[in-house]
Amino acid sequence: MTLNKIAITFILLLFITAGSFAQTKKPVAKSGGLAASMAGGKKIYSNICVSCHQADGGGVPNMNPPLIKTTYVLGNKTRLINIVLNGFTENVEINGSTYSNTMPAHDFLKDQEIADVLTYVRNSFGNKAPAVTLAEVKKARAAAKK
Amino acid sequence: MKKKNLLTLMLPIAAAIGLITFNALKNDPPPKHKIAIDNAGLTLPAGFSASTLVDNLPGGVREMAVTPQGDLYAKIYKVKAPAKGVVVLHVAGDKATVKTSFGTGFSGSGMYIKNGYLYASSDQEVFRYKLDSKNEVIDPEHPEKIVTGLIARREHQPKAILVDNNDNLYVNIGAFSNSCQEKDRQFHSMGMKGCPVLDSAAGIWQFKADKLNQHYSDGVRYATGLRNVVGMDWNTQANQLFVMQHGRDGLHDIFPEMFDTKQSSLLPAECMYALKKGDNGGWPYIYYDQIQHKKIVAPEYGGDGKKTGGESAIDPIAAYPGHLAPDALLFYTGNQFPEKYKNGAFIAFHGSWNRAPEPQAGYFVVFQPFKDGKPDGQWEVFANGFAGTQAQTESGRAEHRPCGLVQAPDGSIYVSDDTKGTIYKISYKK
Repeated sequence: MTLNKIAITFILLLFITAGSFAQTKKPVAKSGGLAASMAGGKKIYSNICVSCHQADGGGVPNMNPPLIKTTYVLGNKTRLINIVLNGFTENVEINGSTYSNTMPAHDFLKDQEIADVLTYVRNSFGNKAPAVTLAEVKKARAAAKK
Repeated sequence: MKKKNLLTLMLPIAAAIGLITFNALKNDPPPKHKIAIDNAGLTLPAGFSASTLVDNLPGGVREMAVTPQGDLYAKIYKVKAPAKGVVVLHVAGDKATVKTSFGTGFSGSGMYIKNGYLYASSDQEVFRYKLDSKNEVIDPEHPEKIVTGLIARREHQPKAILVDNNDNLYVNIGAFSNSCQEKDRQFHSMGMKGCPVLDSAAGIWQFKADKLNQHYSDGVRYATGLRNVVGMDWNTQANQLFVMQHGRDGLHDIFPEMFDTKQSSLLPAECMYALKKGDNGGWPYIYYDQIQHKKIVAPEYGGDGKKTGGESAIDPIAAYPGHLAPDALLFYTGNQFPEKYKNGAFIAFHGSWNRAPEPQAGYFVVFQPFKDGKPDGQWEVFANGFAGTQAQTESGRAEHRPCGLVQAPDGSIYVSDDTKGTIYKISYKK
């Protein structure tokens, strides 16, 4: 019994150690890597973003912009971080359609939460773009405060 | 390359199938039950049938107006010059053909015929066009400007219009805000004291239907505290204006500690109001909870989901589940439909978006029975299937969205769709 437990623990430890070694080889965002960021981001998205941008990221016609392959999402990260921090109240035209609902500021989210949710959005709904890092969010928030 | 090869391969096959189908149709009369199954993709009560009058009108159709001669004026909401904002169709049987169109770049939503004039609204102005004896527009390039300078700011911009029997023009001016917070739609932002939005929006304004160039100062705020009205109609039995209000969004998003996502998907009600001059619907201070049957103080103004308020506000005359977006109201005065529909209300629910993560809902036309000018009995879904599949409904990726309703001279009703620009005709055969 006890021997079995020790053996299992040993094997598990081996896997975890091997796993973390394997992970360090990849260029990943800090504190947990891409997988953790995606998981955390998905949670934030489902709690906060989904009510306007919808589960498929497609938004709502005339009101809430889609997040699928748009330059706002895939382009400049600082601009994207600022939209989350400050909200968005401009009439915007995306792929020939206009959107005009008010997006409130989401500055109550923690830096890590913003990094995670933006990493999630930039790598979901058919999007593929580099992760948003904690440092990038910190920098944008500091700049916005000045 | 691969696609092209596949296409080349498919073409003769498709042609062969087409030929076979064509021959089959030629030889055999179409099966009789075919029409009942089709119904333009809609599900209807027994005895009713639907057809597609017209499809794919670019820009999507909002409100409509019809003439005794069988013409149908359709308002296109978003057009860019050289596209036209008013399309004139002629209906013959189950089909409509485009006669003409006018109003270059004239975006907007309202369309109404009264006393020999066609009224049409943009998001800031109301115009009218004089009609001749055949109810055709005499000078489509030079409408008269009736009202100008109305507020349209990012939210609830479309101006619904109606003219009563005493030459009064009613215009909905929707709130440029969700719940009059200090910061619109912001988490935990509280409501502005003495909500300033109410001075110039969130109500029904009354103007003269035949006076030119009227501004706010020429009009009367006929009813206030109505967040956004799109569907309205005159009830001839009650001799009163009836309106459908779009209730507020985001109870959970803004106050998650008071409302869970399920509650937030159902609340508050979409309300039907019977209005008198001076009435107040209570927005933004209260909302109507159709489950508790009470006016509840909005959380932005100190409410907690239970505290009642709005003593000076009127009660809705009927209430429907939240976020379904009633975009048209039509009191049925025709003789074609069975007796139970006479003087009852048809309501086109455009369909929800603010129910997520709960499945979206609506995208149907509802019938509300009436008796002596008052709702009488439970509402029922009358026409469904505009969205397409169940999955399309629940994801909100609706194929079509019912938006406008109008009664045709023969007693059929037409339903417009502002997504794909379809106009449906729904008829009853004994």
